Amino acid sequence: MASPKKLLAAEDNWQTKMGLWFPGERVVLRGKDLFTELGDMRWMELLLFAITGRHFSENEVKLFEGIWVLCTSYPDPRLWNNRVASLCGTTRSTSAFALGAGTAISEAEIYGGQPILGCFNLIKKIDQLLKKGDTLTNILTVELENRPIPGYGRPITNTDERILPLAKLAQEFSLSDGDHYGLVFEIEDELLEISKKRKNNWQIKMNISAVMSALAADMQFSAFEYHQFMTLCFSAGMFPCYSEASHKVEGTFLPLRCGRIFYQGKEPRNWQASV
Amino acid sequence: MQNSKEVIHTKIWREEVEDDNPFAAKRCFCSGYDVYGDLLGKISWIDYLFLLYVLEPPTPQQSKLLGSIAVVLANPGPRDHSVRAAMLGGVGGSHGAASLIAALSVGAGQLGGAREIFLAMEYWQQCGCSLTAWEEIIAHPPKPTRVDVWPEMEHTPGFDPHGASCPTPVKQSLNHLASLSSGKALPWLQTHRETLENDANMPLALTGVIAAALTDLELLPEQGEMLYLILRLPGAGAHALEQRHHGWRKYPFFKNAVTLTNDPGPINTD
Repeated sequence: MASPKKLLAAEDNWQTKMGLWFPGERVVLRGKDLFTELGDMRWMELLLFAITGRHFSENEVKLFEGIWVLCTSYPDPRLWNNRVASLCGTTRSTSAFALGAGTAISEAEIYGGQPILGCFNLIKKIDQLLKKGDTLTNILTVELENRPIPGYGRPITNTDERILPLAKLAQEFSLSDGDHYGLVFEIEDELLEISKKRKNNWQIKMNISAVMSALAADMQFSAFEYHQFMTLCFSAGMFPCYSEASHKVEGTFLPLRCGRIFYQGKEPRNWQASV
Repeated sequence: MQNSKEVIHTKIWREEVEDDNPFAAKRCFCSGYDVYGDLLGKISWIDYLFLLYVLEPPTPQQSKLLGSIAVVLANPGPRDHSVRAAMLGGVGGSHGAASLIAALSVGAGQLGGAREIFLAMEYWQQCGCSLTAWEEIIAHPPKPTRVDVWPEMEHTPGFDPHGASCPTPVKQSLNHLASLSSGKALPWLQTHRETLENDANMPLALTGVIAAALTDLELLPEQGEMLYLILRLPGAGAHALEQRHHGWRKYPFFKNAVTLTNDPGPINTD
């Protein structure tokens, strides 16, 4: 039977390797002195170190920064998470609420957190199955039974304008020759081939999530680390949405008149109090 | 609504517009009931809550059951993880909403949180009142899917991995809620609690009782998850305000409770 033994052992006793603040003296992060050993890091470099405990080359850090710059910083207030930030602005809420709520919303099913993680896990799984001798055609035939395939296909448009700039950046930094990176393009080709053979109209083209996942997998990220890294990735798109709505007349961000409610429920009725 | 503009589709809410302002409602209807012209003054808050989620009025039994669930959940107490998160907002002088967001975020999880309710209600959906099905799912819990951002469950949902025995308030809640229920889950849980505890190797937790109660209200797991989040907020807010008044000096900082196991020590930069 369970017992509180582990709680008793942990009472006033938290052992950490992650770090500590020594008031008035110093700070340690993952065994390194923040001021003397990590103080000249770029913020992205520090973030990656904080998440993984590993050091990355300058090009790798720039590439990860590039992922956020090119792929996830769209300041479009129509996008669900950004719209939350805009709504915070128009209601005169605060910046922290805009970013906090927008970030929480971003762990979504049709975009953001869930497909991002799902894609990473899928790429890793396909890579492992291929190494065990399976064929890409077989693997994808099975996966297609469970469409959608994360990393392939995109709502609204099938073309992902982010792939080319990110691919260019990866090539520029000589980081486009990893196994997973090559694999995601092979998957796209195979999916299009399967589609052609089946003579159907769907064209499941790759989206940026596949490329980002491949780059992270090639840099030995675990799924847990990648999920953490991507958590803040949309923030640069949210600030401008919040800011603009904050500076325009309050309440004027895409207001909805009463007539914009399309009611499909019960006809008018009178309440009978329950006895 | 015959309008070429994009609209919000809803079965919950209808509005009639004021003559002088298209953005102001003259009458608001919730599932057919005139909220300010009819419900107000007649309906209890609990019944309105039920109406909002189910779109039909509760029976007297359902009303009493949901009302008691709300009492059970209203204040998890200041040691609860979610309330601690709210109090950290209070002691730091954060805004009110920040404390509630903190309580929601921490209280969203799989240990004592809303996700545990969701999963436990899924267990009820799958197992119903079949002991064999419960024993099977406890022995072989479902795995998260690849897109699941939630980690794998580390204990049977609805049970306490750190418990020694089923605490008195959990048993009191179970007995009281079972006495109100017209469903099958709570009475069955009352009868089979000890068997399930032996199978899970841990005592029943309050989440297990609430998941059964919400199942008896015929709510879906996602509805149960949402109501659990809402109904635990009153205590979080109250404790946050109280600690805001006391201030951080009177709140545990755990000054000597954290040990750095890989301290490089002061580095001489001279």
